[in-house]
Amino acid sequence: MSKRNDDECAVDRRNFLKVIGVASVSTTIPGVAIAAETTAMGHGHAAPALGSRPGYVFLNLDEGGFIEAAIDVLIPSDSTGPGAVESGVVIYIDRQLGGAYGSGARLYLQGPFQEGEPEQGYQLPFTPAELIKAGIADVDAYALEKHQKNFAALSLGDRDAILKELDEGKATLATVPAKIFFGHLWSLTQEGYFGDPIHGGNTDKAVWKMIGFPGVGNIYTDAILEYRNKPYPVEPQSIQDFS
Amino acid sequence: MATKLKPVDIVIVGLGWTGGIMAKELADTGLRIVALERGIQRDTDPDFVSVTKDDEVRYVRRNELMQDVTKETITFRNNTSQTALPMRRLGSFLPGDGVGGAGVHWAGITWRWMEWDHEAYTRTVDRYGKSIIPADMQLQDWGVTYAELEPYYEKFEMLCGTSGKAGNLNGKIVEGGNPFEGLRKSEYPTEPLVRTQANLLFEKAARERGLHPFPQPSSTASQPYTNPDGIDFGQCHYCGFCEQFGCEANAKASPHFTVIPLAKKNPNFELRTRSRVLKINLDSTGKKAVSVTYLDARGNEIEQPADLIILSAYQLSNVHLMLLSGIGQPYDPATGQGVVGRGYTYTNSGGATLYFDENTHMNPFMATGGTSSVCDDFNGDVYDFAELGFIGGHQLSAGHQGARPIGYHPTPKGTPKWGSEWKAAVARSYNHTMGIGGSGAVMAYKQNYLDLDPTYKDAFGRPLLRMTFDYTENEYKMSNHAADVAVEMAKTLNPKSFTRNTKSGPYSIVPYQSTHNMGGALMGTDRSTSALNQYLQSWDVPNVFVLGATSFSHNSGKNPTGPVGALALWAADAVKNRYLKNPGPLAPS
Ligand SMILES: Cc1cc2nc3c(=O)[nH]c(=O)nc-3n(C[C@H](O)[C@H](O)[C@H](O)COP(=O)(O)OP(=O)(O)OC[C@H]3O[C@@H](n4cnc5c(N)ncnc54)[C@H](O)[C@@H]3O)c2cc1C
Repeated sequence: MSKRNDDECAVDRRNFLKVIGVASVSTTIPGVAIAAETTAMGHGHAAPALGSRPGYVFLNLDEGGFIEAAIDVLIPSDSTGPGAVESGVVIYIDRQLGGAYGSGARLYLQGPFQEGEPEQGYQLPFTPAELIKAGIADVDAYALEKHQKNFAALSLGDRDAILKELDEGKATLATVPAKIFFGHLWSLTQEGYFGDPIHGGNTDKAVWKMIGFPGVGNIYTDAILEYRNKPYPVEPQSIQDFS
Repeated sequence: MATKLKPVDIVIVGLGWTGGIMAKELADTGLRIVALERGIQRDTDPDFVSVTKDDEVRYVRRNELMQDVTKETITFRNNTSQTALPMRRLGSFLPGDGVGGAGVHWAGITWRWMEWDHEAYTRTVDRYGKSIIPADMQLQDWGVTYAELEPYYEKFEMLCGTSGKAGNLNGKIVEGGNPFEGLRKSEYPTEPLVRTQANLLFEKAARERGLHPFPQPSSTASQPYTNPDGIDFGQCHYCGFCEQFGCEANAKASPHFTVIPLAKKNPNFELRTRSRVLKINLDSTGKKAVSVTYLDARGNEIEQPADLIILSAYQLSNVHLMLLSGIGQPYDPATGQGVVGRGYTYTNSGGATLYFDENTHMNPFMATGGTSSVCDDFNGDVYDFAELGFIGGHQLSAGHQGARPIGYHPTPKGTPKWGSEWKAAVARSYNHTMGIGGSGAVMAYKQNYLDLDPTYKDAFGRPLLRMTFDYTENEYKMSNHAADVAVEMAKTLNPKSFTRNTKSGPYSIVPYQSTHNMGGALMGTDRSTSALNQYLQSWDVPNVFVLGATSFSHNSGKNPTGPVGALALWAADAVKNRYLKNPGPLAPS
């Protein structure tokens, strides 16, 4: 998975903010810590300007730190393009969990509940917000037992290994099934990363620029023939650009 | 207690493609018609002309235009040894919700099914004998032939401004069209859509392998168009936000700007939105429907009496309402007796994904639902069932339908699931990848059916519809064959790498596959194996007509809405010109 060295240890985020001299920890800005760390470690992308991000509506700081620590492994910042953290994915996830999706909109939650076959789909009584919250606590407990540290305090390599165990269902968690927790986290991460910046992720449309997706509001009636089998290098537009 | 309203002549339950067609066709009779639609009204202007329409999170990930499963869902199991569990989240299919139904956000692919599809039993037995039919397969005819439906297919295409190229014009095979299609009396109303790079590559590979590629017929108008009713269509923008999205250009045919406004022009037609039908009420004989019970926008229970009831609530809701209302005998898989819930079928697939180098630019985001090229060489009865070992066939096609990045970021085989390597592969592949996909038939089987769930209820206290469904050897063989042909074609194109994709393992309700749910109240001429006669009229309750793919006795390798629309027009004709003049059964039982 991640190509980074195991010994690139994540610094505890609150301490790290002190180390790099953020003036006031009380105005901690979610989304900054890991991105700053990444920059400090020389991955080639400027950290977003401090203060440019809105705060959390749902996550507490530890949960935010957990998600940053996880998504930084899933989609790291590197020479290909932006990482999930600097792309604002944690903001996306926070808003989703704090909104209708998080509270179970369009999720049938009547009992009785039983596990069933994988082909029968999601069968838990948790809303997505409850699932992620419980899963974070579970994985932290798992990390503590295994490494005597919270997940966010682990090295990249150890975090990657734990995420792999979750994905493969090899880790047994106290409350939620590991695979299902990971599946939700990974889906949300990709949504925030690849989705329209209007929802809080994909900062500066940098992910769309990286893959060459021209965004929304396009009329290709002429371009479709004119650019057939040719590159189509345009500045992508997001919903925000029309707002 | 329900408030009982004054009787009307006709009630239409659900106002999507089929309800909209029926409403428009009957509105000029002057009869009092009420359409009850559970969802809201959305209009091109302002709902789809705003750029907020191009929102993948809102419309694809959160399904805003689709059925809300907290109100109504189904339960699912692969076979009767399992306990069916609720579909707690939408996945495999996406029933529409709101005026226009799934017609608002379909992909616009518009087929005439093959001649064989209309007479699958007769044509199979004539050619191979009965012994070719697997013991559990329920193969049967529609009771209406392609030739009989041809004028209605034509009418639906004219209504929709369908783009395409005829391959069989009055019996003459035309270069560039589909040589295997049934005889057409006229050319498509608009020209084929622009060919994309993926289309050209597919066509090249197909020709090299001796296959017969042609442009996908699609109801996204390739040029400005005015239909015979005077409805104007814009030219397709190829905006890439087509399937699962409304269309900002009125290029993608939808009932919400075609048939429904036409029906609304008649003062005798009334649409009631946010009106969810819970049940059709029968009289004491059980052979006559007298009214429907629905919940209005404020949740009040209303009874609306009517002489004629049209069920057009999509395949799943149609069967659900029939079972809840006692219209026709429920199917029992143990005995094979009963007809309501019988013959549920779905979609099959198999194919390949091709990864090219940086010099091949797909521009997959410049697309509409129908920017594909297709081959019917292994579909219907074009190929030899005995030689290939499966019945029903598949249709191979290639082309992008848009490339919204949350859902579309393919990576070659062997790519890690996340991390830097994954990201590099995503960035490298996005504009240089195409699929060759086989869309396969699924036949009806004794063990696949719909009934009422014994445990789970919807938000209104009604038992959920229970789906019992899995593939059989016929479908797996077909899927493998589609993949084999796709791989052969891939090799001709010499991509950097490719993957072979097949169906394996049981059917899963989780990933989106298609909203092509079929069957459950089949049409036919034998009432022991069909719930409806060939005019889509209930055998048991003749003042109820049931529209939609509910009536299809198998799912062909082609998308359903062409015949769904044609049959709605065919049934409307029968209602208008025969039933209304002399109410009663339209076919001898
Ligand atoms: C994303 C997507 C893409 C598709 N692409 C294609 C394609 O490219 N080609 C193709 O051939 N087909 C396609 N289809 C399928 C096509 O949309 C359907 O075949 C077609 O819309 C069916 O028409 P219908 O009238 O049976 O149902 P619908 O058009 O869905 O209309 C049913 C209506 O009934 C309403 N309703 C349901 N229950 C009740 C109730 N109890 N009371 C009141 N109202 C009710 C619903 O809200 C809905 O408005 C696609 C479907 C989807 C979802």
